[in-house]
Amino acid sequence: MRDAQTIQKKNGMVRIDSAGLYYRDLNRIIRDEIRQGTRHLDLVNINGQRYIADAIKAEVTVDIHGTPGQDIGAFMNGPIVRVHNNAQDGVGNTMDGGKIVVDGMVGDVCGYAMRGGKIHIKGDCGYRVGIHMKEYYEKVPVIVVGGKAGDFFGEYMAGGRLILLGMYSHHPERPIVGLFMGSGMHGGAIFVRGKVDEHRLGKELGVAEPTAQDREILDVFIADFAKDFDLDAREIMSEPFYKYYPKSLRPYGNLYAY
Amino acid sequence: MNHAYQKDISGCGLAGVISRKGERISGSVVTKAIWNQHDRGNGLGGGFAAYGIYPEYKELYAFHIMYSHDKAKRETEEYLKEKMIIHHLGKIPIRETEKIQKHPLLIRYFTVPSLSDEERQKVDTGIVCEDDIVVERVMHINHDIEGAFVFSSGKNMGAFKGVGFPEDISEFFMLDEYKGYIWTAHNRFPTNTPGWWGGAHPFTILDWSIVHNGEISSYGINKRYLEMFGYKCTLLTDTEVVAYMLDLLIRRHGLSYEVACKALASPFWHEIEMMDEDEAKALTAIRMIYGSSLLNGPFAILFANNRGLVGLNDRVKLRPLIVAEKGDFVYMASEESAIREICRDPERLWAPIAGQPVVALLDQEVVDNNKSEMPIGLQTTGAI
Repeated sequence: MRDAQTIQKKNGMVRIDSAGLYYRDLNRIIRDEIRQGTRHLDLVNINGQRYIADAIKAEVTVDIHGTPGQDIGAFMNGPIVRVHNNAQDGVGNTMDGGKIVVDGMVGDVCGYAMRGGKIHIKGDCGYRVGIHMKEYYEKVPVIVVGGKAGDFFGEYMAGGRLILLGMYSHHPERPIVGLFMGSGMHGGAIFVRGKVDEHRLGKELGVAEPTAQDREILDVFIADFAKDFDLDAREIMSEPFYKYYPKSLRPYGNLYAY
Repeated sequence: MNHAYQKDISGCGLAGVISRKGERISGSVVTKAIWNQHDRGNGLGGGFAAYGIYPEYKELYAFHIMYSHDKAKRETEEYLKEKMIIHHLGKIPIRETEKIQKHPLLIRYFTVPSLSDEERQKVDTGIVCEDDIVVERVMHINHDIEGAFVFSSGKNMGAFKGVGFPEDISEFFMLDEYKGYIWTAHNRFPTNTPGWWGGAHPFTILDWSIVHNGEISSYGINKRYLEMFGYKCTLLTDTEVVAYMLDLLIRRHGLSYEVACKALASPFWHEIEMMDEDEAKALTAIRMIYGSSLLNGPFAILFANNRGLVGLNDRVKLRPLIVAEKGDFVYMASEESAIREICRDPERLWAPIAGQPVVALLDQEVVDNNKSEMPIGLQTTGAI
């Protein structure tokens, strides 16, 4: 492990050249820096290092340049993580608070079991995004996807908000969402910019036009999303959104009762 | 037949690269990609398949054989002397390294089958072809000679695998000194087995090779189906069935890559219901005839042969796979970072749809160039 050139400090910001740095060493350096009071970390030459910012509870900013490995921001509560490229699988896995912003696409199971905080994805996302998201009173996690989503979007959601725009996708040929959207959903809501073909919906879903209150909240979420990527919030809100919600709190309640 | 087998659970890493115009690159390239995914494995298996590496022997089947002991080697070589014509043989060159403990004897033979009168008749009347005879020979060695395993048997290609991290296996087999136009690599994470040399990926038959991340829970059904066609599963790992399934469906039955993949990872019945009549009819037929070749279980696989490289996910995408393209090169790997390790700025990079194969073929010129010019029966001497 190289140290002198690896870590550079300037104006309260610490830059870590992560080329060739093993993920365990990188994450140890990150934790040490935060413990010593650093509040802004700039990671450059990242390529595949896993578990970045996992379980960090401080309010710090982490900029990631390069493609981080699996499970960034898992269990974290507090940091603002910005990935200036694509991210991989497990982004914000069981995230508790804070924010992750990705200037590209993400892979599968983003926001898996997420319980708080926000994830903003500029482009497309993979499969099982928002799977088993949950909420507790005012602690409501939100994922906004600027592009398109794969199958099982919002699978067995228990709470939280998924917002799918389908606008900044690299796949014009694909539908806005795959199959089995909201399968097993029993809490929370999914807002889609445009209508989803019925055969793509889990049987538990009802569809409605957003209420006035929904629209107010959407405005706030979209404004924040647009700000992160320098987009036009009005353009995003110019098309009708549809709200997909669970029709029942216990979608499988009848499964074993006759 | 030993019906005990091991499942390859979860972890595993894959990487693959193809130069469609046939540019031969060093094994160090794919090694860098698989090394980037070091933690997808646990050091109990690593392996590579390489195509275009033996151009001077391109019309000969390159048998890579591992022997647990000398007796296995003697028995096998007796069999080979009788049933094959060996043009060249030698130890597979290795670089001793402390990272690879205890390895089997590793010998390679450049051969063609020696046909009995009965076999010659079958070949002449078109009942079987030379490739079928070679498959039979390989099945015999793997199944009937204790301690001997043919770990690749294709023309102008070879597999290199063993117990260790793939980057260490690569160093051990000196893959930086080989040049090929298709490379695949695997990093194994077995949880049920102590790991043995034959159990590492890739699994091969003829020039088919497969590396796999996941678990073939339909192994029992697939195995029984394959046994009907003469394939014997002996390598104690579920992935083995996929190699033989590809040989059966694509080489013997003549299915295209795409149609074969529709048998291996079929669309759901409710998806078929929504297709137009002709397509629905065709897919229903495929599902019914090839029901026993359907691969159940989470998987991402990369398979290759002398025509190209294919990546495929299971229908519900339970394992990762990323594909990228730059010029003539196509890259496939479990993680994007593995691709970026060897290709900084691809022109396109995407995650394929579950159940839809990504097929990267060599240019026809390269394939034609590789074809055997030597008809059977005119092999020259140099035999053992």
